[in-house]
Amino acid sequence: MVDLKVKLHDIEFKNPVTLASGTCGFARETAEFFEPGLLGGYFLKGTTLKNRDGNNYPRMAETPSGMLNAVGLQNKGIDYFIENIYPEIVNYDTQLIINVNGSTVEDYIALTEKVNELDKINAIELNISCPNVKEGGMAFGVSCPGAEMVTREVRKVYDKTLIVKLSPNVTDISEIARAVEGQGADAVSLVNTFLGMAIDAEKREPLLSTITGGLSGPAIKPIALRMVWQVANAVKIPVVGIGGIMTASDAIEFMLAGASVVQVGTAIFKDPMIPVKIVEGIEDYLKRHNMQSASELIGALQV
Amino acid sequence: MPKKFVKEFTVIENSALNATNFLIKVQSDTELPEIKPGQFVNIEIKEAEEIFLRRPFSVFEVDYEKNVISMIVKILGRGSRKLTEIKAGSKLSMVYPLGKTFTYPSADDKILLIGGGSGVAPMLFLAKESGLPVENVDILLGARSKEDHINVDSYKQYANLHYASEDGSLGEKGFVTQHSVFTNNLNIYTKIYACGPDGMMRAIAKEAKAADVFCEVSLENLMACGFGVCLCCIEPTTKGNLCVCTEGPVFNINDLKW
Repeated sequence: MVDLKVKLHDIEFKNPVTLASGTCGFARETAEFFEPGLLGGYFLKGTTLKNRDGNNYPRMAETPSGMLNAVGLQNKGIDYFIENIYPEIVNYDTQLIINVNGSTVEDYIALTEKVNELDKINAIELNISCPNVKEGGMAFGVSCPGAEMVTREVRKVYDKTLIVKLSPNVTDISEIARAVEGQGADAVSLVNTFLGMAIDAEKREPLLSTITGGLSGPAIKPIALRMVWQVANAVKIPVVGIGGIMTASDAIEFMLAGASVVQVGTAIFKDPMIPVKIVEGIEDYLKRHNMQSASELIGALQV
Repeated sequence: MPKKFVKEFTVIENSALNATNFLIKVQSDTELPEIKPGQFVNIEIKEAEEIFLRRPFSVFEVDYEKNVISMIVKILGRGSRKLTEIKAGSKLSMVYPLGKTFTYPSADDKILLIGGGSGVAPMLFLAKESGLPVENVDILLGARSKEDHINVDSYKQYANLHYASEDGSLGEKGFVTQHSVFTNNLNIYTKIYACGPDGMMRAIAKEAKAADVFCEVSLENLMACGFGVCLCCIEPTTKGNLCVCTEGPVFNINDLKW
């Protein structure tokens, strides 16, 4: 028997496979396909203090080996989550992590204080990297002072595991990672989407209502993998690896590069069962390589 | 128990209905869940590196005895074109059943179903499922010309069939909204259903609203996931931005901001 359990700071995941925020709703949607407890955890849809309608349609454009999105954090706000969604998912046998967003530091703080009260939520993912909102979001995550300030203020009001989600749209992502580590982040997750663009040449119009959007899918995997490797070598806190993971091999590559946990995102649009297949694939890999535990994969890249 | 599935089906038929529409029948080796008109399947387009996402198609017919689902696939872009090249015997990965169905008519309803382009399939499916006598079901189909119409004569047992074509080569000349069935008196109907191009559905909705007749339309917004997590296919409604894939594709026109 191989042991699939991994730890991230002080929380345990039954296996390293989780779903990425913005691609798994509130875990109820994928539960229509498979038992929620089959995965290590769910990074729930980006949540804000108040209701957000998101950006106008069209919000999506297919691109080679991936897609652009410009959803813009559509969600009904934290109070709606606490009253209507949390009771429905609270007994899922898996880690549930809320992705926290704000336009101002005050928003981040007020939202985090509310989440801090939720017993079953053992961690938050502080999103300072959403490319699709006009205020806040990525604006905080693309400079060290901005990232430090939000992390410091949220750290003051949050007792449990604080994961900071980093933007790849920066000159040196390891600098930002070190900056948030210095302000008390317990882990970093990376990468969020890459800012991109698509044009309809015939109509001479952008394909997204916002003109630019976030690129995800296997197209970004090699860049994300490189960034995870760089960050894992730059910080002492654990890393959550994200970016174009489609197969068990992809997930294992991110772990070898230094990720303790991985998030599967856009892949589930292609096939909602992919995350379950990745868990099985990691187990097979460990058996084939005579390894006892998934944690042996973390940072095991031989260079 | 799962409510939605991802499974490989075997293509048992792919036949051209005309130059741009194909009838594709796929068979599962397991029992099918109940599938209603308006619901759709999301199909993986294989051997096409440039096509990353699945493509959604309305279900046309379901044979529960043989576990067969049929779809009418109209060539609209790269994905649908590639799909129409599939050979019988090939495998197709399908995510199903997705979306919600129409409000079914009650026994004393008289209904008008309007289909344009690829929107014909759910209209025929609903006519068959309605359980109403033929005299209470009118189907109005629109296309550019006779060649663009699909032969649906076998549906005469479920409904009165009416045709509109832009060049007048089949049925009345003009758009469906110019057809006498539509212009005479909409108030003889208690429910109107429509599926087709956006402009067609908006024009129908406008008249149905003016006549104060119940009307549902099935939307075809661009989708990524098909099951309510990506929030890309949203439609602005009186209840906010809703996912067409899970809250629709069928909407009452009074809920839309048209």
